[in-house]
Amino acid sequence: MSNAANPPGDASAPRSPSSSAAPHSSDVSHSPHSTAVHDDRGRLGMWLFVSTEILLFGGLFLLYSAYRWRHHADFHAASMLLDRVFGTTNTIVLITSSLFVVLSIHWLRERRLGLAKLFLGLTLLCGLTFLVIKGFEWGHKFESGLYPNAPHLLSLPFGEILYFGLYFSMTGLHAIHVIAGMTVFGFVFRGMSKGTVTAERPIFLENVGLFWHLVDIIWIFLFPLFYLIS
Amino acid sequence: MSDITDAAHGSRAGADAVPYGEGPYFRPTSIKPGIVGWLTTTNHKRIGILYLTAIGTFFSIAVIFGLLMRIEEMFPGPQIMDARTFDALFTLHGIIQIFLVVIPGIPTIFGNFSLPTLIGANDMAFPRLNLFSWYLFMTGAAIAATSVFINGGAPDTGWTFYVPFSLKTSVDVPMATFAVFILGMSSILTGINIVSTVHMLRAPGMKFSRMPLSVWGLYSTAWVQILATPIIGITMLLIVVERLFGIGVFDPTKGGDPLLYQHLFWIYSHPAVYIMILPAMGIMSDLFPVFSRKNIFGYKMIAFSSLAIASVGSLVWGHHMYVNGQSDTAGVVFSLLTFLVAVPSAIKVINWLATMYKGSIQIEAPFLYALSFVFLFTIGGLSGLLLGGLSTDVQLHDTYFVVAHFHYIIFGGTGFGIFAALYYWFPKMTGKMYAKRFAIIAWLVFFVGFNIFYFPYFVMGWEGMPRRYFDYPVKFADLQFVSSIGAYIMVAGIALVFGNLIRGARKGEPAPANPWQGATLEWTLPSPAPLENWETPPIITKGPYEFGLDGKANGSASGHSPATEGRDGPYEFGSDGNANGSASGHSPATEGRDGPFEFGAKEVEK
Repeated sequence: MSNAANPPGDASAPRSPSSSAAPHSSDVSHSPHSTAVHDDRGRLGMWLFVSTEILLFGGLFLLYSAYRWRHHADFHAASMLLDRVFGTTNTIVLITSSLFVVLSIHWLRERRLGLAKLFLGLTLLCGLTFLVIKGFEWGHKFESGLYPNAPHLLSLPFGEILYFGLYFSMTGLHAIHVIAGMTVFGFVFRGMSKGTVTAERPIFLENVGLFWHLVDIIWIFLFPLFYLIS
Repeated sequence: MSDITDAAHGSRAGADAVPYGEGPYFRPTSIKPGIVGWLTTTNHKRIGILYLTAIGTFFSIAVIFGLLMRIEEMFPGPQIMDARTFDALFTLHGIIQIFLVVIPGIPTIFGNFSLPTLIGANDMAFPRLNLFSWYLFMTGAAIAATSVFINGGAPDTGWTFYVPFSLKTSVDVPMATFAVFILGMSSILTGINIVSTVHMLRAPGMKFSRMPLSVWGLYSTAWVQILATPIIGITMLLIVVERLFGIGVFDPTKGGDPLLYQHLFWIYSHPAVYIMILPAMGIMSDLFPVFSRKNIFGYKMIAFSSLAIASVGSLVWGHHMYVNGQSDTAGVVFSLLTFLVAVPSAIKVINWLATMYKGSIQIEAPFLYALSFVFLFTIGGLSGLLLGGLSTDVQLHDTYFVVAHFHYIIFGGTGFGIFAALYYWFPKMTGKMYAKRFAIIAWLVFFVGFNIFYFPYFVMGWEGMPRRYFDYPVKFADLQFVSSIGAYIMVAGIALVFGNLIRGARKGEPAPANPWQGATLEWTLPSPAPLENWETPPIITKGPYEFGLDGKANGSASGHSPATEGRDGPYEFGSDGNANGSASGHSPATEGRDGPFEFGAKEVEK
């Protein structure tokens, strides 16, 4: 997804007459500043990518709806086995991280690179916290024999088996997205240090921030669907 | 045909090649020659050729698999393989042809090579992402190839990977489904690239209503790629997770529902059929005007019907599950929607035929493929209605009839569409021309073989021959034999087609810039296309098929040609088609014609 934002110096700058066809051309309406064009392009690409991510999770949400419709009592019972303290804490952590991303973008635009980097670092810290809490939570479930194919889980009703099957698939896929987001944020951080992500060219940070909000939003749906339905 | 204009175009092209474009895209001065230059390229034309090479190879392999199956089925009883091998062969044939050839085919080859040149852009919106998706594509192909040799052998589930069999079979399924997931990612990225390119990089004056219809086709397809592919992605991942960890969402022993798998699978895989056919329809809409020397009939309706197919076609997946335990109400709704999709498809067919009406038809190889497309697609489409009907499908479900329908649509439609496009843009790709006479002979062998091969499938399916069966009752022996003979003829035809193209690329005659007198933008570029398409973006003032008024002079639409030279073009047209000749002769187009004359001036002024 980092590729979605091409730097302006890309080998194939398409129709950027503004750079080659000289300043004497008074026609700017057709050829806006090439950086802006690139930014718009990157933004459009990222929104399209984000919509595919929603549909990727959409398949799982579809399965969740179908099975919960069929086994709603089992789903509620299984939901009791999750720890709401973990879930709630993680929700707060993730929402806070989204705030930090916004602040990072804000300070980058205000040309306060130090603050921008600080808040990006805090975002990464939040992501890490989320993963650690998630790890503990999964660990607890494994200890209580509530993991896929566990003998204990298989002794439970169908609905509860499906609930935990979906729980691990959806939170697992979500965790992979958290890790992916953090990895790319690492590249953004390096870009800030090297001067490729700047106030004039914040698109890389903005796009990864957008992705991060998506990860956040998906969690905001996952949280009530798994933790709050009992 | 009209040597004068060709020569004129040729000389212009020759003059152009030196100052700008760094020479042909495949041998530019700025990139080091050799394999590294190709594997690290971000140029849209070079990436298009990378895809063409890969997909051509995969296609040949899958054709050989299909041929082996036809040899096996030529007579009743085992011939050259056992039943397990046969299962693996039809699975691999399906996986390769669907996921590695026809789904990516047109969007990656021509969406890359031709799309930017059709809208006056110099590259795709995300060139590096473009190369990345090629690598994803090759990775997916490599994983699929690996799955054949490890974990007990090639998958034998059919390309649909239906549960519960795909969860139980002893051979490898997770690798193959993961490969499909990776290929899906590649397809999504290509779709994002195409949508972004069409929205952001059209040349000045290239309104949506002036885009060639092939661009409309690619654009509609790209939306389906973006919106449908993630669903197959997650479905394939779930198969992997199910096989590795046993989460149970599709496993009936744990409460999972196999029918839900089918829903998820077809939510993607039915729109995928439109991913396959829509861009081919778009290219057909480009070819009919060019070879009929006449403006397209019903531009808006064709463009609109592409979007209609893309949207309604996304809602018909349930027609694959009429007999699989889906509710009757759902069946009725899906059947109705299925019949509705036939409407925009028919609109296109009628419009193509109307385009030819009173046109001045030039029989050239690309046009023969376009005509075959309409013929075969119509047969395939009408037989699809039988499958879309609730009661008839009970008889026909999972029979050879489905195989015949599908191959008429996808091979007869998309496959011939790809060949049409290849023959059409070949001069732009290679700068050479294939042997035209020979191309027509090869087409004939291919086309005749195709029909002898697949038409008996309709009959056998109607009489109850199930698909994917290793053996069959003796009563089918005659038709099976005929079908195998057809397969041999068809494969011979394909060999001739490839042979001609490869020979043409190596030592064909040099091609003029605009061998078909097309009015779309790509023909204003020299052949072979230069590395960078345009020095200054072309300014578009006309629709893509306005032969009569603007004719070959459409060259003037491109910013870099001196308009006066192209101006003579239209008057040459009389010899090609009287309608066009007279149209440009006394059209009250003085105003329209003055416009383009002033291009040079206006460009600076505005």
